[in-house]
This record gives sequence, structure tokens and C-alpha cells, in this order.
Amino acid sequence: MTSPALRPDLAVIADHVAAGARVLDIGCGDGALMAALRETRGVDARGLEIDPANVAAAVARGLSVVQGDADADLAAYPDKSFDYAILSQTLQTTRAPHRVLDELLRIGERAFVSFPNFAHWRVRASLLWGGRMPVTRLLPERWYDTPNIHHVTIDDFRALLKERGITVEGAWFLRRGRRTSAAAANFRAEHAVFLLRR
Amino acid sequence: MDTRFGLDRRVTLPGPLELDSGATLAPVEIAYETYGTLAPDGGNAILICHALTMDQHVASPHPITGKPGWWIDMVGPGRPIDTDRHLVICANVLGSCMGSSGPASPDPATGRPYGMAFPVITIRDMVRAQAMLLDHLGVGRLKAVIGGSMGGMQALSWPATFPSRVEAAVVIASTARHSAQNIAFHEVGRQAVMADPNWREGDYYESGNPPAAGLAVARMAAHITYLSEAGLTEKFGRKLQGREAKTFGFDADFQVESYLRHQGLAFTDRFDANAYLYITRAMDYFDLAEEHGGMLANAFRETKARFCLISFDTDWLYPTRESRAVVQALHAAGAPASFVELSSPYGHDAFLLDSPEMNRVIAGFLRAGN
Repeated sequence: MTSPALRPDLAVIADHVAAGARVLDIGCGDGALMAALRETRGVDARGLEIDPANVAAAVARGLSVVQGDADADLAAYPDKSFDYAILSQTLQTTRAPHRVLDELLRIGERAFVSFPNFAHWRVRASLLWGGRMPVTRLLPERWYDTPNIHHVTIDDFRALLKERGITVEGAWFLRRGRRTSAAAANFRAEHAVFLLRR
Repeated sequence: MDTRFGLDRRVTLPGPLELDSGATLAPVEIAYETYGTLAPDGGNAILICHALTMDQHVASPHPITGKPGWWIDMVGPGRPIDTDRHLVICANVLGSCMGSSGPASPDPATGRPYGMAFPVITIRDMVRAQAMLLDHLGVGRLKAVIGGSMGGMQALSWPATFPSRVEAAVVIASTARHSAQNIAFHEVGRQAVMADPNWREGDYYESGNPPAAGLAVARMAAHITYLSEAGLTEKFGRKLQGREAKTFGFDADFQVESYLRHQGLAFTDRFDANAYLYITRAMDYFDLAEEHGGMLANAFRETKARFCLISFDTDWLYPTRESRAVVQALHAAGAPASFVELSSPYGHDAFLLDSPEMNRVIAGFLRAGN
């Protein structure tokens, strides 16, 4: 089943979360994914979000969302208190992505992580031919005002997983909002979604 | 017409109410108001818990000051706490002076006002008295319990004390325990009351001279804690009160002095000094973790209630970290919790002021329970 209204990476996640699961959505925004999971899969979803206006919007739609920040506030959650911890398009904004990754797999049995791929050919071209930090559809901010302080490529991410002994249970790649093959993903995919387990 | 419901209600319940101190109280008088109509299944009741010096007049004019209800922007038809959909109940807390049993009530043993013979009460005792009122009203289970400041303490205490009687709790600008600083400010207020020669060990009711000067000072000190420094600066700065220059005396030269003096004096018209002592004591004794073996999370293990916490960034009386500590305990207990820190220049008092963000969060949270 697909969830067409959702952002493409969220739709991938929504399609692979087991029905009735307990889910923590970290960086849940206004709760779009949580609401979809609740409605279509009967998921017990909780959220963590840094922006108060987003928290207010999510609470106003009846979701349980706590204002907080992935770097500081994940420590408050007990071990394995969720079936899935979800971190969508947030890893690259954290101060210590490797520690956040560890926290995800401490809190959740499994973790979904999605991020924009900094090795996509457009990004490479921008640096190689333009000599400028890339401003793309998925990375629309300029270098000085971007929240993305830890850019990551698909191969970098795989290397980090290997280093930390994390198992990949699934990986999906997106290009122009559509799923694309794993072949040459580090060059061709704008976006990656990983399902992880320790 | 069921006379149990409506404005300005009073009921005398036989009790006895067993208090945390070990004492018992009987009878128990409770002054309260209700708004809206109880659904046939009794399932639409919301209890609002008031703060230290507030009362049951949440959305009706105060009988002494004539001012509108203290949460008129929040409670009413079509408001976030919607009296078209809910039966809203607000009761004067135990120990207060607006009609519920307190130190000014007659002591059945002597026929004279209790004064200091009134037993010391706790936040949990207030909640137990409210539960007795709900029994009287035929409300078994609350759709929600809501409160700010000391009302938030009651809203936290409710699901901890009666885990199956509450579906949701909204806790605004509050804390699960009083800090040393909170206790310190209250002690200043109590000492101001007790230093007033008119206090007479609390036995002043028949003298015609209550310790108004002491109570006014207590209120002045407390009032500062309800505002932010930036708010005070913006409102008053160093502006002088109705004069061109300093007088080199001790009159209220500054506007902020004049304002505080007015707040202090106005307070003594509507509040009993002994009630102020008893209620501040109840707040100082509040430590929800201590009541549950030192683990705050244990307070929430029995309940299925949903929680919503709201703090304000300029509130230094019950700062955001106190709300966060509650949220962490709720996570540890696996309870569904929402939390948001709202921005306001008004300090602790922000919870009483009209705030579109707060309205949105509370309205959404309450609707989600349907």
C-alpha cells in the first residue's frame, strides 16, 4: 500500500512499518507521517520535534508530540520502548549523528533513517564545475543558513553503519520523488531511506 | 432543575476526609461552579483546577471584585474548553477562602473559626476533596483535568491518585515538586503575614482587624515571581509615579512600587491571610515523586491518561525544565505525552492571558480524546 499524500521518503517508511507497531518519529514536523501511520496502520505513534509551531500543529491534530531536540532529548526514552525509531531528513542536522544513530537503536528495535544524498551527481557537478556549495531541490539552503551541518553520502552512511556494527534490513533510493534502483545509488539517488537494526 | 449544577454552588459533604497529615476533616464544604451540561453517560466532564489565589469563578464574575472570570478566554461556548460540549467544573480548593472548608470556616468543635486549628492540607488532599465533589455530581470519570500553576500540580496529582478516573491531563506552567527557591519565596510571604501584629497566631477573625499589611507584602513579593524581568522593565522601567522628580523619601516614587502596593492592597480585599498560609504550605509540601517512592515515573504507571504539558519561556517560577522533568517521567512510564514550550514576554502569568498558541494546543489536545 502506498501513501501518495506523503513526502516520498515518508511514504517509503509508511509502507514498511508493521501494523499496530509502537513508533517514535524524531523530527516529526507537523506530524504528517504519524497521522498517516495512525490512520492507515493503527500505529501507536509518538513524536519529538524542535519547532514549537510544528509541535502545536501536531498536538492540535491529536498526536502525542514533545518539543525537544534529537541531540539532547533522546536520552529520556527507555531502552527498546518502541518497535521503530524514525529519523527522517534530520540526521544531517544533528550535532553528533553517530550518537543519535546509537540512540535510535537503543530506543527502537529497528530504526528508519532517511537523508538527502550529498553524492548525488547534481551536488557533485555543482562543486566540480561551479566550485560552489550546492543549492538543490533537496538542499535548498545556502551554506551559511543551512540547518544541514553534517552532510552525508550514501557510501559514507554505509561506512558508518559498518563501523558501528549496525545491520541494514532494507534500503530504498529516491530520485525525483520516485523509487530508483540500488545500482550506482550513491551517484544517481537524491535521497536514501534505510531500515536498520543492531 | 438539578440544583447540583450551575453557578455559585455550595455543598456540605459529611466526610470524613482523611488527610495526608493523618488528621480528618468533617464535614467538608465545597464551593464550586459548573458550566454546560453533563452528558447522559456522564462522560463529558472536565475539571479545572485553580491556582493559589484563584477560585471557582473561572468564567463568571468574581463576587467581591466584580472582575470577569479568571479564564474567560479559555472557558465558554466555542472556546478551547468548550462548554457547549463539556460539563466544566471548577471548585474552590480545600484550605481556601471562597466558600470551601478552610481556616476561616467554623470549627465544629468550638463553633468559632478554625484559624490555626485547621489541619495542614496537601495538593493530594485538595484532589481527594474534588473527587468527593465528583461523586456528589455523579461524575465517575473525567474527560480531562486541567490546571495552571498550582492547578497544574492538582492536574498531575489527579491521575496519580485516581488512575482510572482521568482520561487526560493538561498541566500548564507547573511542576511536579516545589524547589528550594519556590519554598523560599513562599516563606517570605508567610513570615510577612505572621510578623503582622494583627495576625494574632491566626486568631484574628473576630477582631475586625485582619493582618492586611502582612498579607499585602506577601502578595507583593509573590507578584514579582509571576512576572518576567523583561516584562517589568517594559511596563515600568524606572518611570516615576505622578511626579517629575525623586522625592528623596520613601513614598512610592517609582511606578513599579505604586503598582506592587496596589496589587498588595487589592489582594487583601478578597483573600484571607490564613488561607494564604495554608495553601502556600500545601504547594511547598508538593513532591509527586516523593509520594511514589522517589521515582516520578511511578506516579504515572497505573494510569492510562494522556498528558499535555505547556511551559512558557520567560516563566522563572516554574521554568521549562520542570515540565521537561515531568515529560521524561511520562516517557519512562510509557504514557502518551505532549509538551510544548511557548514564547511569551509575560513570565509565569502568561498561562492566565489569552494566547492563540495555547488555545490551539489545548483545543486540539481535548478534541483528540473523542
